[in-house]
Amino acid sequence: MTAYRIVRTAMKALQRNPMRAMLTTLGIVIGVGAVIAMMEIGTGSSSALQKTIASMGANVVMIRPGTAASGGISFGAGTITTLTPQDYEAILRECPSVRSAAPVVRARTQVVYGSRNWVPSSIYGTTPSFLDIRDWTTLAEGSIFSERDVLTANMVCVLGQTLARELFQGQSPIGKEIRVKNVPFRVVGVLSAKGANMMGSDQDDILLAPWTTIKYRVTGTALENTNQSAGSAGSTGSVNTLSNLYPGDAPSLYPERSAVQAADNPMPVRFANIDQILTAARNTAEIAAAIEEITDVLRARHRIAPGEPEDFTVRDMTEMTNTLSSTTTLMTNLLLCVAMISLVVGGVGIMNIMFVSVTERTREIGLRMAVGARARDIMRQFLVEAVVLCMVGGAIGIVLGHGGSYLVQLLLRWPVETSPAAIAAAVLVSAGVGMVFGFYPAWKASRMDPIEALRYE
Amino acid sequence: MELIELHHVCKTYHLGDIDVPVLKGVSLTVAQGELVSLMGTSGSGKSTLMNILGCLDRPSSGQYWLDGTEMSRLPSDQRALERNRKIGFVFQSFNLLPRTSAWENVAMPLAYGSEHLSDRETRRRAEEMLCRVGLKDRLDHQPSQLSGGQQQRVAIARALVNRPALLFADEPTGNLDSRTSAEVLHMFQELNDQDHITIILVTHDANVARTSRRVITIHDGVIMDGSFGLRSKAGASQIGVQPAAAAMGGVR
Repeated sequence: MTAYRIVRTAMKALQRNPMRAMLTTLGIVIGVGAVIAMMEIGTGSSSALQKTIASMGANVVMIRPGTAASGGISFGAGTITTLTPQDYEAILRECPSVRSAAPVVRARTQVVYGSRNWVPSSIYGTTPSFLDIRDWTTLAEGSIFSERDVLTANMVCVLGQTLARELFQGQSPIGKEIRVKNVPFRVVGVLSAKGANMMGSDQDDILLAPWTTIKYRVTGTALENTNQSAGSAGSTGSVNTLSNLYPGDAPSLYPERSAVQAADNPMPVRFANIDQILTAARNTAEIAAAIEEITDVLRARHRIAPGEPEDFTVRDMTEMTNTLSSTTTLMTNLLLCVAMISLVVGGVGIMNIMFVSVTERTREIGLRMAVGARARDIMRQFLVEAVVLCMVGGAIGIVLGHGGSYLVQLLLRWPVETSPAAIAAAVLVSAGVGMVFGFYPAWKASRMDPIEALRYE
Repeated sequence: MELIELHHVCKTYHLGDIDVPVLKGVSLTVAQGELVSLMGTSGSGKSTLMNILGCLDRPSSGQYWLDGTEMSRLPSDQRALERNRKIGFVFQSFNLLPRTSAWENVAMPLAYGSEHLSDRETRRRAEEMLCRVGLKDRLDHQPSQLSGGQQQRVAIARALVNRPALLFADEPTGNLDSRTSAEVLHMFQELNDQDHITIILVTHDANVARTSRRVITIHDGVIMDGSFGLRSKAGASQIGVQPAAAAMGGVR
């Protein structure tokens, strides 16, 4: 018999007792429906939860320069000046697990507006992707500065809620001019409130500006070195050229200038170090890969031989990541348990009814055997009937479950996410349940003696 | 070679430690195209003999040749195939599938055959058989919508749909009134006359047995009369011997 005919025969046999077939499938319908609804609501809440945790910066990977040491004296973390904007560009370019990266230049100074002043806990020079990395893209007012502002070191800034409140006291800061260390900045945007971070420090007490502006106009390290010959002319060459930091660099393209030339005509050296690079991994699972890629890229760029200690540190938010993954695992396992139980209950129902059906149709089995059905034909018939019942039940269950979760979304406004994996699993599992729980009754049927079966009353 | 040859077939059932001999050395032949009745009271071994002849059961010892094949040695799957191809069954209680149309009931054995017919062909064969038994206008009726005689005729059509050489009818008129009984028996005679189908009627009713040309009587596990057909008269002399042997077996 072809598969089509086998299924058709099974359908006909089931149609002979539609009420019972319906009641039998009810177990599977409820089981699969519950699974689908639970899965959809569950994944919805789970991803909402993940999003919440991710907005705390769970996927953030931080790169900070390593420790400078001189004569056995260490200067603490982040004191070596080897992290460059080019490093950040390279990470963005060469690390596939990194979604986004932003350099950070920090300053700590007074911000003045009119008669009011305030020292924000953080003044960050960065790029617009900073907000994307920190999941902070909604602004209360205005907009973030642009990449062009970064390239041209424009004097624009975005304020955090606390800073805006302290300086402007309820007025709109947009378009106003504030001064940071006597450099005038135009306010282009106000960030939305983010509150305290896990350590309790206020994240809204912040000023964001293009990193070039902070670097060259506010902290002024590079300019100081080049313009002011106040220090020593010699220090310019020795500290700020990459060729000294990274031995084996390409030879200089230009003829060496004499000390007199240098003194007469100081050249601005645009080497800049940055305090930190913030990157975001594509998702929580890829954090480890991202860290590895970043380490490889930076080791290559900084020409660190294998075995040599790194001049930078890469950190992720392990604590948050662990919370996140354990929450997700817990949710998934919980749902799986519920799903399994309801499907097993449905399966037992199927087995029950199949037994009743086999007993009731003993004479039919005997007859079929008498007219030439082999044991395996009988077995196949009952097995296919069970599987068809389960598959039909599964299909109805999927529709009902999906409808149920849609209703929940509509009425209770819970986050719901359609999960094709759950649907595929439900189809497979319901067929599997049919197979497993249909097998024993089918086997019993196929073992019958045709003579006994025909005589059965 | 005859269509059916039974050589010293014994069947013993084992109920716990007790052996119950039901058939005690049955030999008989049935030729192609015969209409034979198998008679006996209940407990005579009649049903057991029919089950063995119908390849539903295997003898404990002895040989059973059906159409040149030694059936008692075949594995059950093989016997199922032989049943499908060579044997049709008609039962006392019709055994039609409920809530299933007449033509689908008739077509049921075709599903287990080795020839894979198309849906159209299957339906055509079933309709042809139903026409043959005179139920041309009842094709789509379900068993519950048919009278007893009509149901039995559907059963006969089902038995014939694979064009078997041999038709077994186990008390075919047991559930029918006398008028429809006569109709059904007439149909058997007609099938035997026109289509030369070998028919074995199993019955305890002498009136039914009378419709056949030859009656095999079985009593207490041995054949009392009619072991060998008209064409094998030579064996008739043996018949007289067997009851004596059976009687001795009974005493023992």
